[in-house]
Amino acid sequence: MESYLFYIVGTIAVLAAVYLIFERNPVFCALYLIQTMVCIAVLYILLEAQFIAAVQMIVYAGAIMVLFLFVIMLLNIKGDEESKRSFPFRKIPAILMGIGLLTVICIILKSKLLQGKQDVYTVAHIESLGNTQLIGNLLFTDYLLPFEITSILLFVAAIGAIMLAKRKL
Amino acid sequence: MITITHYLVLSAILFMLGVVGVLIRRNAIVIFMCIELMLNAVNISFVAFAYHLHSMQGQMFVFFTMTVAAAEAAVGLAIIVAVFRNKETVNIDDMNIMKW
Repeated sequence: MESYLFYIVGTIAVLAAVYLIFERNPVFCALYLIQTMVCIAVLYILLEAQFIAAVQMIVYAGAIMVLFLFVIMLLNIKGDEESKRSFPFRKIPAILMGIGLLTVICIILKSKLLQGKQDVYTVAHIESLGNTQLIGNLLFTDYLLPFEITSILLFVAAIGAIMLAKRKL
Repeated sequence: MITITHYLVLSAILFMLGVVGVLIRRNAIVIFMCIELMLNAVNISFVAFAYHLHSMQGQMFVFFTMTVAAAEAAVGLAIIVAVFRNKETVNIDDMNIMKW
């Protein structure tokens, strides 16, 4: 059951990503990216990361993609995107390079480099406490400094976005 | 049976599609979406490794990656809006003001 779900969801995610990179209309591109992100959220649930799946849906598929769609509609971008300056045959080398990259990654995956130190957070342990509670505990103990730096990062990003989007500085 | 390798290969395929998208598209917003796709692909690897090694570090990293992606989306889209206001286009072939 789980493996069927993985194959179905993975296939949909890859197909949506393929449509994303070949679709002309930017609005459809954004919708295909949302589809990929929803499929990735399902994969997170299969990997026992329920909190991450919820955050993926709310933050990525919700907030970030709404921002993208809003900017696309605000700027009224046309589907036609070729200009006179474009290099004519750039698609073929790009696809070949992509296939080469995938081959290199798969060769690395086939070598036995994927061992690592096992930690204590087994599925039973996570289920006894709850995924969200564990993440919350870690966030305010071991990862307190990164968490605080993240707040500064978001603050700076908000100020930067307002400054850049202002008409007159 | 689904092993970690399945998830890593799926992650690699999605990352590769993101790279190809960045290379072949000319629309700045779509290029930005492909970058988001690459970030998502790497997040799958993080969570798969966290599940495989019974660790929470991968999930914590995904949490921070999402925060950085949100900040990046806000600033990046603001830059695109500012460029569009000046040049009336988001085609990156027409944005060559910093090129020689």
